[in-house]
Amino acid sequence: MPNVMIRVKDGGALLFYIAKKDQEDEIAHVETDTEDTWGGEVELTDGSKYYIDPITPRPSFPTTLRFKRA
Amino acid sequence: MSAMTREETEALIQEVLEVYPEKAKKDRAKHLTVNDQEVEQSKKCITSNRKSLPGVMTIRGCAYAGSKGVVWGPIKDMIHISHGPVGCGQYSRAGRRNYYVGTTGVNTFGTMNFTSDFQEKDIVFGGDKKLSKIMEEIEALFPLNKGITVQSECPIGLIGDDIEAVAKKTTAEIEKPVVPVRCEGFRGVSQSLGHHIANDAVRDWVLGNRDGDTSFESSPYDVTIIGDYNIGGDAWASRTLMEEMGLRVIAQWSGDGTLAEMENTPKAKLNLIHCYRSMNYISRHMEEKYGIPWMEYNFFGPTKIAESLRKIAAFFDETIQANAEKVIEKYQAEYEAVIAKYRPRLEGKRVMLYVGGLRPRHVIGAYEDLGMEVVGTGYEFAHNDDYDRTIKEMGNATLIYDDVTGYEFEEFVKKVKPDLIGSGIKEKYIFQKMGIPFRQMHSWDYSGPYHGYDGFAIFARDMDMTLNNPCWNKIQAPWLKTEETPEAAAAGA
Repeated sequence: MPNVMIRVKDGGALLFYIAKKDQEDEIAHVETDTEDTWGGEVELTDGSKYYIDPITPRPSFPTTLRFKRA
Repeated sequence: MSAMTREETEALIQEVLEVYPEKAKKDRAKHLTVNDQEVEQSKKCITSNRKSLPGVMTIRGCAYAGSKGVVWGPIKDMIHISHGPVGCGQYSRAGRRNYYVGTTGVNTFGTMNFTSDFQEKDIVFGGDKKLSKIMEEIEALFPLNKGITVQSECPIGLIGDDIEAVAKKTTAEIEKPVVPVRCEGFRGVSQSLGHHIANDAVRDWVLGNRDGDTSFESSPYDVTIIGDYNIGGDAWASRTLMEEMGLRVIAQWSGDGTLAEMENTPKAKLNLIHCYRSMNYISRHMEEKYGIPWMEYNFFGPTKIAESLRKIAAFFDETIQANAEKVIEKYQAEYEAVIAKYRPRLEGKRVMLYVGGLRPRHVIGAYEDLGMEVVGTGYEFAHNDDYDRTIKEMGNATLIYDDVTGYEFEEFVKKVKPDLIGSGIKEKYIFQKMGIPFRQMHSWDYSGPYHGYDGFAIFARDMDMTLNNPCWNKIQAPWLKTEETPEAAAAGA
């Protein structure tokens, strides 16, 4: 259950940063990404997948969230 | 020697790895690579931030070095206790040349060494009582200190002292911040974790102290300089440029920095980070908690300075943007004269670097401005994200080495035959004795500043002074000299 800091990158993409693992990757795909809900399965550019229960309302980034390994 | 091709460089890495036993070879191979600008993510070609192999000579430091030596140490109006045996503090005392303004021993304490000097009995019975006594004494002897940090050395974690409890008790007594920092040297693989721990301590014990305090009047042009340790006056050379642009620098982290500046940092509009590796953690935190954007900048060499000034100005209105152009224009004649003077003397020289966490990529631009080429670079304690950034800065087919061992570095140098090496004191005399010009790129070889336009002039002079020093022709004893030996010709001009 890593603590993940998500911030908006210069290009507008979301950056997925796990300080403990020193991992920094862009989010390639989010399962639910609407005006008011954000979450579900998150796939990173390196292919790894994480899961978070969809959050309503959509969180404002940057923020730290707790993910599960999917 | 002309530039090496990809195959040649790969062959060189294989050749150097040949002496290792199978297991060590496999491990070290992951840390050495040939640069390929096509690669987007460095983790595909290089492994970093891993434990050094036992038995090889690493040049890394420890978590205590990262916290006390780098992040906390330069904060001048706090007293940093090296909590544990006397050596850690004493042998690193004032070694990093973080310049500051103030009267040492009265209101600033940067070059002093405070230690709890652990003895056997403290290890056996615990050192908490000693620590609180020390802090009482400090308060009596140095009443102008603004706070105290407790920088743990290895034994503190091993014997399980509760420095947090002592810190809380003393904070209540002396009514000043007392910050316990759990930066025991055995934590992590290098000083990098010490930076992280120190950043977390700042976050937990300092940053929010003035959240409810509105007495500080902020302006729309407030910026902070983060991750500039004022080595040889670097932060000052950077600060003047920001101020000329019309920005107000409200905090310097942590070179020539104070506790009050740190506490006021959340009131800034933009955090400017120079050393990304050691201060990105706190910048990310401030972005999340206070919504302060941050950006990396690079003040080495006129090309990068102009680039950075424009990038900084883009965060502000048109006045600042116009000012940035004015600043660049103002210094143009100055830096062009520097380039005109030194470039002919340095043109085409090849440099190998091996430094800490930002300079292996940051100084590349400055060398290129002087017509020099960086043919190999590497970090002691960088992470993947640093290498991501490095790949773009370095030329194709150049060498990149992570946590290079003493042996590998020497062998690379023997084969690549650079004209100049930039690294630290531990490497200096080896390479000088090999007859290769060397500059310390940690402490600027007791020179500096190298940041900013003023610094670039000093940088260029120093590189010329080292490279074109006549002593490099005198490495070989006169009676051993045949005509012009090829080695002497390669070593100096």
